[in-house]
Amino acid sequence: MTELPNSTDRKMGLVIDLDTCVGCHACVISCKGWNTENYGAPLSDQNAYGADPSGTFLNRVHSYEVQPPEGHAQLVHFPKSCLHCEDAPCVTVCPTGASYKRVEDGIVLVNESNCIGCGLCAWSCPYGARELDLAEGVMKKCTLCVDRIYNENLPEVDRVPSCVRTCPAGARHFGDLGDPDSDVSKLVAERGGMDLMPEMGTKPVNKYLPPRPKDQIDDQIDILAPLLAPVAEEPKGFLGWLDKALDKLPGHSEGGSN
Amino acid sequence: MHPAPSVIIFTTLSGLGFGLLTFLGLGKPEVTGWVAFVFYAIAFGFAVGGLLASTFHLGRPERAWRAFSQWKTSWLSREGICAVAALVVMGLFAFGAVFLDTHWWALGWIGAALSLATVFTTSMIYTQLKTIPRWNMSLTPVMFLSFSLAGGSLLAGAEALAPWLLAIAGAVQLAYWAKGDQAFATSGTDMGTATGLGDRGTVRAFEPPHTGSNYLLREFVHVVGRKHAQKLRVIAFALGFALPLICLILPVEGLMLKHLLAGIAVLLHIAGVATSRWLFFAQAEHVVGLYYGKR
Ligand code: SF4
Ligand code: SF4
Ligand code: SF4
Repeated sequence: MTELPNSTDRKMGLVIDLDTCVGCHACVISCKGWNTENYGAPLSDQNAYGADPSGTFLNRVHSYEVQPPEGHAQLVHFPKSCLHCEDAPCVTVCPTGASYKRVEDGIVLVNESNCIGCGLCAWSCPYGARELDLAEGVMKKCTLCVDRIYNENLPEVDRVPSCVRTCPAGARHFGDLGDPDSDVSKLVAERGGMDLMPEMGTKPVNKYLPPRPKDQIDDQIDILAPLLAPVAEEPKGFLGWLDKALDKLPGHSEGGSN
Repeated sequence: MHPAPSVIIFTTLSGLGFGLLTFLGLGKPEVTGWVAFVFYAIAFGFAVGGLLASTFHLGRPERAWRAFSQWKTSWLSREGICAVAALVVMGLFAFGAVFLDTHWWALGWIGAALSLATVFTTSMIYTQLKTIPRWNMSLTPVMFLSFSLAGGSLLAGAEALAPWLLAIAGAVQLAYWAKGDQAFATSGTDMGTATGLGDRGTVRAFEPPHTGSNYLLREFVHVVGRKHAQKLRVIAFALGFALPLICLILPVEGLMLKHLLAGIAVLLHIAGVATSRWLFFAQAEHVVGLYYGKR
């Protein structure tokens, strides 16, 4: 049913660290791999080896440049997948009941055998988290790897979403954001985790940890000044006199003034 | 938004068809027999034709019947139910008028109300979407309803009402464009809120996730053709409202000429509304475009 639950027992979701993500796209590939081989219709590609390839992805990594009013620009890699919103508009707009939010863990899923592929849920999602699969004609979205996280056939270490398991930088964290004592909730509190487009009123479960401020290069020089500063200085005193005197001598002298 | 022909045809034709059904249900004109048959054939043709066209954009049209189930939350579901109810009720009313020479007025009024409700629910499918500020305005349902009534009165040959309804629809169209042009800027959503990085500086899309295109860009970031928007607006306004209005109020002698002008007015209006609907979709900017540095 497309009525949203008033509350869910748990709020399973991801915390994505924009400070740590290196933009390697490994999570994109592992997501596509796992979700093509497992739950639901495969994520198809169109014209994969042609001039204009495209395909269905549940997780995509953007890169942004942030230019502060002063100082250097910062590059931020920005993975984006379904945020499993508490007030998910994609669920309530669905005419067939194919889209739903689970009471037990808050995961937003699509029942693919009921989906008519009308696309309205994708229209209603501010984050571009839903993509209509062109081969299958049904809506695809992140399942939070619902077929991994409870899967007792997998070793315990693998019972997390594929992207989290894969990330080489440790930029993706998985857990219950409804429990204030969980590791992910603590991380969000500590680092000031934020919502994307809060003005849309979707109340995303997934949180993003903002990049830490960049170190100031000028300040750093000061810390090492006693060791490094003399290197670039003009020689003074006796050495200065010697330098100039040697310069005056006829013959070829290499390099600059010191 | 991608201006898919199926949704443009659907909203244009079904708007006209349900508009005409509204007038027929109210007894304007009060027709029976063969004349009624022609009127109802046109109305049902447009309404049903439009609904059928709308199923062409489904990924799985064979499951369309499932769309009637979620009326509690989904405007699309409500629209489906209203449309079927309107068609059934008006079908019975039409049966009485065409074959039995009788008007079951209670049915007619209910049918008229359901027809308008169908147009309203259609408009709410678009209006409800916060992700598309240009649609997320109270003027959107006003526009759909005023167009439908204007077109319906034209088709119904309601000589006294049609010029007024056309003028109102034209005014609503202008207001919708004026307000819609501000909608995205006043929505408060920009690349800063989309990425959450806005308070640190100016955010610029540096690299898209993939070199190729994708479903999101094809469906939501339709920028081609927007450059002709102003010209198309003039065309839509002239064809849809100004010229049909002139056709109706021209002081001409003779029934033949009058009917001819009314026919021309209908054709112009349909072309104008279709153009306006093309713009409705093509000019609608989805906030997801911001993630790609686009609108
Ligand atoms: S991110 Fe989009 S698809 Fe996921 S729950 Fe929120 S609105 Fe729905
Ligand atoms: S595409 Fe499928 S899941 Fe999405 S709104 Fe339509 S029927 Fe529901
Ligand atoms: S795998 Fe980790 S580091 Fe690589 S793009 Fe994904 S989140 Fe970023």
